Amino acid sequence: MDIFDFSDGREGYYGEYGGVFLPEILHETIEELLQCFRECKSDPGFWQEYESVLQSYSGRPTPITYLENLSRHLGGAQIYVKRDDLNHTGSHKVNNVVGQGLLCKRLGKKRVIAETGAGQHGFATATMAAKFGYDCRIYMGAVDVARQRPNVFWMENLGAEVISVEDGQKTLKDAVNECMRDWVTNMSDTHYILGTACGPHPFPEMVSWFQSIIGKEARKQLLELTGNLPDRVYACVGGGSNAMGIFQGFMEDPSVELIGCEAGGKGVGSYMHSARLAYDDAKVGVAQGYKTYFLQNDDGNMSETHSVAAGLDYIGINPIFSYLWEQGKVRFEAATDEEVKEALKLVMRTEGLIPALETTHGFVTAIKEAPTLGKNEIILINQSGRGDKDIFTIADALNDSKWKKFIDGKAQDYRLERN
Amino acid sequence: MEKIYRWQSTGLQAGEKLVGIESFIKDKRRKKDILVMGHVVCGYPSFEENFSALEIMEDAGVDLVELQFPFSEPSADGPLFVKANEMSIKSGTTVNMCFEFMSKVTKRFSFKVLMMGYYNTIFQLGEEAFLSRLKDSGGEGYIIPDLPVEEATKLHTLSRDLDLDPIILMTQTSSDDRLKKLGESSRGMVYAVARKGVTGSKTTMDESIDSLISRCRANTSVPLGVGFGISSKSDLDFLKGKADVAIIGTAALQAWETSHANGYKNFFESLQIS
Repeated sequence: MDIFDFSDGREGYYGEYGGVFLPEILHETIEELLQCFRECKSDPGFWQEYESVLQSYSGRPTPITYLENLSRHLGGAQIYVKRDDLNHTGSHKVNNVVGQGLLCKRLGKKRVIAETGAGQHGFATATMAAKFGYDCRIYMGAVDVARQRPNVFWMENLGAEVISVEDGQKTLKDAVNECMRDWVTNMSDTHYILGTACGPHPFPEMVSWFQSIIGKEARKQLLELTGNLPDRVYACVGGGSNAMGIFQGFMEDPSVELIGCEAGGKGVGSYMHSARLAYDDAKVGVAQGYKTYFLQNDDGNMSETHSVAAGLDYIGINPIFSYLWEQGKVRFEAATDEEVKEALKLVMRTEGLIPALETTHGFVTAIKEAPTLGKNEIILINQSGRGDKDIFTIADALNDSKWKKFIDGKAQDYRLERN
Repeated sequence: MEKIYRWQSTGLQAGEKLVGIESFIKDKRRKKDILVMGHVVCGYPSFEENFSALEIMEDAGVDLVELQFPFSEPSADGPLFVKANEMSIKSGTTVNMCFEFMSKVTKRFSFKVLMMGYYNTIFQLGEEAFLSRLKDSGGEGYIIPDLPVEEATKLHTLSRDLDLDPIILMTQTSSDDRLKKLGESSRGMVYAVARKGVTGSKTTMDESIDSLISRCRANTSVPLGVGFGISSKSDLDFLKGKADVAIIGTAALQAWETSHANGYKNFFESLQIS
């Protein structure tokens, strides 16, 4: 099944999800993008260049690590991790960004804009823009700016202008709206580097295509390493780009179960979460340029979302996943903030790995299910990002008194410096 | 039926269909060089203030009004309307309240009323339910900036059966092929977007507007409204003899924000509409 073959259906639709719902003024821009993307996708030279840049610049292919201690500790399946956290800038976001950066060259545009939640996509975009010589502006919700200062620091020092978005909930969705507003004004010289597999066609397909490099590598590596395919593959799902990336490696393998892990926040019934498919609170709607499941009220206004992980704190889900979920091809689970903190501690202590808070949602579900599987079964988790950026949030969550003392000392130093 | 009767009495040309915004505009244009369409965001600052604003517009001779139904993700709107949408929703405005307000407005005032909003509002209600509520509330049509014609086939067909007009947007960036396609779907009037960007910034009235207008005219026979950045009498004068309707949104709300009903009244009087 090629989900991107639209010859039997409507272009840009996955079942009833996807499409293009944009202001008329962007029609020609999105057509131009679609045409350019089609040319890139059908040109083997483009993919070669893409792989080669990622190899020399970002350290691809990223390895697979066998988690021997954690597997033994849980006493069930053998757990393997695809290490996309080892990319330059510390997450899978760089894959999509390098891809769109190369595409932007073909479009002949000189300026890039991007939304960011956790800041990983903004960070990766700022890095790429510096390397390729684009002017770069990043839109980030004010709430996220406050909780992800280290990434803001890097973006600004890489030469990007970071705009703190003060509208709405001041998180990822509001940053997307600001990007749209910038784009309808500056489309002639600006490419919008959407960071996840959401938004209007061709973004879901394009971002999925660039991220498919994760799954391609992982399938080959795991076969070489174990001689087997995994029984289950886990990945966290905000918009859904890292999960689409790794899942695409196993779409044609009926024996492999694919599990998307959403942000359960404060849990079922709390209405303080970002679980669109794992919980029953979302319904189909149209916003931010596409049709999918959104967390919204009866009037169609978007609900407040929550997650300890800024990168998962989003109202909508990749339209491809809405379709694959409906078709029974991908199962969706949710991990709560509390579960994420516990899983993170366990993974750090047993394996010396520091997954990002986003990524840890995938670990939660895998850790719950591993003991129910046999020792001969294999689990693969996509470690989409590293947790260093979350040091402030994690230190808070772990209530680390030494860290607090350190910050307090720093604060005092800065105060003295000012006076 | 009453409305149709009223237009009939003014004597339209043979062959013109006697319903909808198109005949209303064409008829009024015999007496006025340019019509004016105003805009309020329902529930911002409050429905009471909306009503006062509409009274001022009626007195000033405004011909059409867009009632914007607030949406949480108004991605085609500029900062002032973004804030208006957000504040309205925060204060508890619902879609139901907007329709009730529309009923009250269409009963009370002589200007024609269009719904303006984003597609999810319609999608959640269901297209048929939306159109029948719009019809029952006395609305004449709707402007949905995030619904391209490709996605609107069913909605447009249903609208035709109810004599409701979908107002299509044409833009400077639209190719000739695209304008042709948009022209084929246009009914009631076309909304020509005077510049790139979101609502609210000043637009310079120059040859680029002339070129936009003539490209739109070449692709549709329905009346033409021009909006985005229209803010003064001189803008209206520029559009006279070129467009049929000048669409005023942000400039008026700006006047309300800075000096309330008095400022609003002065603003509309300064346009010297009638």
